[in-house]
Amino acid sequence: MEGVQLNLISKERLEKMSSMEKLRMILDEVKSGTIVVLESGLTPEEEAKLIELTMLEIDHENFVGIEVETYPQKSGGFLSKLLGKREGRLTVIGPANKLKTLVKRNDLIKALVRP
Amino acid sequence: MSLILRIKKKFGLILKFLRKKNRLRIGIYGPPNAGKTTLANRILMDWCGGDVLGSVSEIPHETRRARLREGVTIEVNGKSVTIDIVDTPGLATKIDFHDFLKYGLSEEEAKRRAKEATEGVIEAIKWLDDLDGVILVMDATEDPFTQVNITIVGNIEARNLPLIIVANKIDLPNASPARIKAAFPQHTVVPISALKGLNIDALYRCIAEKFG
Repeated sequence: MEGVQLNLISKERLEKMSSMEKLRMILDEVKSGTIVVLESGLTPEEEAKLIELTMLEIDHENFVGIEVETYPQKSGGFLSKLLGKREGRLTVIGPANKLKTLVKRNDLIKALVRP
Repeated sequence: MSLILRIKKKFGLILKFLRKKNRLRIGIYGPPNAGKTTLANRILMDWCGGDVLGSVSEIPHETRRARLREGVTIEVNGKSVTIDIVDTPGLATKIDFHDFLKYGLSEEEAKRRAKEATEGVIEAIKWLDDLDGVILVMDATEDPFTQVNITIVGNIEARNLPLIIVANKIDLPNASPARIKAAFPQHTVVPISALKGLNIDALYRCIAEKFG
């Protein structure tokens, strides 16, 4: 059956992985054409690292980068600010040639998946 | 750890502390074609006797290496602040050489530009660890909810760095700084036109206030 594969990764599974494990898994899946949905998303530092790793993997022929869909971070409470802990939000990551953002708002994201 | 390494580390910390006290290193960030280099050039033109930091172009990713200008003194209302300015390459999550062909570049030039642009993005991200504050330049005619903007703001917040968001290109008819203010209400947004110099004094006041 033809189509685009979607991998939905639970928060529990993500919590068991180190940052590099997560990023490697995402990039490998996305490079193979899969769209990855992360229930709890990535931290801002992980997002920056993902962009960095993506740039290293761009080959200008088959892989030109990624499209990332996520909401802005919620401003944390006093405790999360004190502990410096920031939780990521639902995030969709796909190959740039398959996933295209249509509308992005504070509380709504519309995207198009090309087969 | 050897004695030399310990001394080196200690001196490094002291130097960093002194630099932070006397002169902050401010990065100019944003997506490609937001007007980062135009703004850096405007600041230098206004405060460094007409110097420029880099060339500007309508082709995205014109700046592909970070450029540093040290000791830029800005004086506002009798208060002066001296900063180092780092003009960074535009951040992006994808770089496709085909996009450059539309601007008349040959395939070879487009591929070279794309390769250098990927290196520039990595360099810009690396600089985040060595800054004391950030000016994030957004194109006020574009949707501010891009992944690049969200990632930069998230990283600056995570590092507790002072941030000024510049809503650039207000000289264009479809500019909407209000859309940027609504998207990032927790941050200071200054609407300007770096190209025309519109409202640039408000930005200098803000720089003196935030980074002074």
